Amino acid sequence: MRKIHDFHGGVHPPENKHQSVRTAIANAGVPEELVLPLSQHIGAAAQPVVGVGDKVLKGQLLAAATGFVSVPVHAPTSGTVSAIEDRLIAHPSGHSAPCIVLASDGMDQWQDCVATADYRSVDRVALLDQIRSAGVAGMGGAGFPTAVKLAVKPEKHIQTLILNGTECEPYITADDIIMRERASRIIEGAQILAYLVEPDEIVIGIEDNKPESIAALQAAAQDTPVEIAVFPTKYPSGGEKQLIEILTGKQVPSGGLPADIGVVCQNVGSAIAVRDAIIEGKPLISRVVTVTGDAVAEPQNFEALIGTSMSYLLQKAGYQPEKNQRLIMGGPMMGFTVPDPNVPIVKTTNCILAPAATELPAPPPAQPCIRCGMCAEVCPASLLPQQLFWFAQGKEFEKAEQHNLFDCIECGACSYACPSNIPLVQYYRAAKAEVIQMREDAEKSEHSRLRFEARQARKEREEAEKEAKRAARKKAAQEKARLAAEQGEAGEDPIQAAIERAKAKKAAQVAGSGAEGGSELEKLEKAVVTIRKRLETASAKFEAAKAEGAEHVDALKLGVDKTSAKLAAAEKALHDWQQANPAANSELPSAAEPADAAQAAIQKAMAARAQDAARSPQEKAQDNLQKLESRLTKSEARLQQSRAANEEEKIIIALESTVERLREKVAAAKAELQDKETC
Amino acid sequence: MYELIAQYPLLAALFALVSLGAVFGAILGYAAVRFKAEGNPIVDQINAILPQTQCGQCGHPGCRPYAEAIAAGEAINKCPPGGQAGVQALADLLDVEAPTLDEEHGEEKVPHVAYIHEDDCIGCTKCIQACPVDAILGAAKHMHTVIASECTGCDLCVDPCPVDCIEMIPEHETVQTWHWQLPDPNSRRVDIIASDATAEEAA
Repeated sequence: MRKIHDFHGGVHPPENKHQSVRTAIANAGVPEELVLPLSQHIGAAAQPVVGVGDKVLKGQLLAAATGFVSVPVHAPTSGTVSAIEDRLIAHPSGHSAPCIVLASDGMDQWQDCVATADYRSVDRVALLDQIRSAGVAGMGGAGFPTAVKLAVKPEKHIQTLILNGTECEPYITADDIIMRERASRIIEGAQILAYLVEPDEIVIGIEDNKPESIAALQAAAQDTPVEIAVFPTKYPSGGEKQLIEILTGKQVPSGGLPADIGVVCQNVGSAIAVRDAIIEGKPLISRVVTVTGDAVAEPQNFEALIGTSMSYLLQKAGYQPEKNQRLIMGGPMMGFTVPDPNVPIVKTTNCILAPAATELPAPPPAQPCIRCGMCAEVCPASLLPQQLFWFAQGKEFEKAEQHNLFDCIECGACSYACPSNIPLVQYYRAAKAEVIQMREDAEKSEHSRLRFEARQARKEREEAEKEAKRAARKKAAQEKARLAAEQGEAGEDPIQAAIERAKAKKAAQVAGSGAEGGSELEKLEKAVVTIRKRLETASAKFEAAKAEGAEHVDALKLGVDKTSAKLAAAEKALHDWQQANPAANSELPSAAEPADAAQAAIQKAMAARAQDAARSPQEKAQDNLQKLESRLTKSEARLQQSRAANEEEKIIIALESTVERLREKVAAAKAELQDKETC
Repeated sequence: MYELIAQYPLLAALFALVSLGAVFGAILGYAAVRFKAEGNPIVDQINAILPQTQCGQCGHPGCRPYAEAIAAGEAINKCPPGGQAGVQALADLLDVEAPTLDEEHGEEKVPHVAYIHEDDCIGCTKCIQACPVDAILGAAKHMHTVIASECTGCDLCVDPCPVDCIEMIPEHETVQTWHWQLPDPNSRRVDIIASDATAEEAA
């Protein structure tokens, strides 16, 4: 016989279990509509793999697990997916959550199940996969994925595998009834679990208020290594940590897992689900739910499909809504009020409690804490509930955390014991949520800070790069300017030099064109004027000397003669030049201005035309004839030269034709002249 | 040695004190160099309390500049995203009286997340440049979108948008984000007997 330990605290609330175990498990049947929340467990929500309108068979996968800590959802019956939408679910928040809605076709037709009767021949990892894909989550109430719990790290040796058949919470009999009716399946499940975790011992823990279950399990466990441990009834001995302490005497360290002390704990309902998943290949699509409370006429346990509406089960149990003041999912200690009777049952729904108003009256108003210490006496986790209450009320969440707030299992024993009716558990739940929120906020703010700083750093870097580029450009420009300046010092700016050269050239041209006519003329004129002056002076001296009768008269006469000869020469030169440059002579002032040749040519032509116009037609004809005759003579001479020199035939022919044309023209000109002379 | 001390007690005492002072002075001097604190540690502590939304509602370009300003003596009640709880935390840290949140800089409100109406977005990138935490994704002339998990709800992207396609949406509570609230302390008074209630009110 195993040594039974005790744990600290605990309470003995009225059990109220007898009402619902009077009859056997009833099959609730198939309702018309099933609502399957995608998140029925702890962990990530499942992801739908079917679409609206899809026909599905019983046991078919509807939503796949989305991570390690996640479980899939299967079709509890055959039918059509009528919607995938947010529906109200059983949650204390009263919020809606995404659900798959399945319209039953009434056939309840199974898909093909892959059964593994001889599980010992299959690899453990494959079995775990099978459990995972069957969607088994803890059936005790928390809903932790069973496969995750069973995937013990190889370095951790499991001494004890515990099956939890305690069911310490008042009213609930779902585990009790399956232990009575399905004991052999539980033992089979226990052996599969034992194969998976290889423990030294297998223990099923049961409170002594369930004698029928104890008897049934003991009968089923004969000739198996499964041990049935019975211990005194006390709330909350069904808590995982408390049960481990009762059966092994060891405490799970704060913040640790049972596997840390070599224990794995599973609910008896989970054991059956595992057994069905392996031996029959059936996924978890139904569970046993206790429907009880004074507001139902026939409290009993139902085998109900997951997704069945609570009101459907209540109806079957003879629900009297007028008696009922609230509907609770779970037990009176740890359950919560559901927002609406039409919410679906999920994998963790072990009980629907519909108490009459007198049965579970609304809690009386809370009174101030009198520090009586009753809560500390009953706390199964050996905490200081009143201290935690003060911290939570004063919002000193850090201090509450330091007082091991997170070791609280929210069993409600303290609230039950509190003479001031303070809703202590609600304070702890709020404080826990607040602390978690603060942690998340701190994490998020740290993340934001890092991103902000990374952005600042990036902007600074970009700015620095821009600045560097700008500086490089500036430096290059300065360098260029410096080089140019150096060149300028050596030989001036080439452009400037070129401009100046051009200017000088133009100026020279302008000056030159004028000087050709101007400067020569000026020189000559100047010479004439100078010599004339000298002659005058010399003549005056000569006259004066002659009058005086001086000795040097002869010399003076010679000088006067010489000067007059020079003057004559100068005048002649001037005259000659003027003869040679009539244009320059006639238009002396303007000669410097119309510098270019074109203008000069135009002026020449104009002058020639003016001369032409002045002559008579007869003279013109005469002139023309003379010119033609001279051209003819020249051409004839050229032709004869060519003939004599035996030049090329082509040239000679060309010259002959020219001579011929000129002869014709001369003849024409002669005729014209004769015409003009006659008239 | 003993005789010397006995002979000149005053000098001996003086010498002892001076040498002690020199030794400890040297130790302190070494420690000051060896364990020199980098930066201003109080700024880091203040910055850790600020919510890092980088919204600039306090009038500073980001949370750290405000932390520096607080360290330099600025008022601690200018951070609406931090709320009264943030003011309280700062007051606790700095050991000062906690003032109420300065409404001039904005009201405390539920966390918001920016949402870009993608049909209206013209891809101008102005909001991307405004976002202090790089939570907006997009390229020029391409639609932009907000990475909701990175958004601090600072509001800074709303003003630069030339087509007003950015909306601040309050984060709505889901089953996952919901959590228990502390029991309403006033609910205690609901059923209190009349004499108690009046006594409490009178007091």
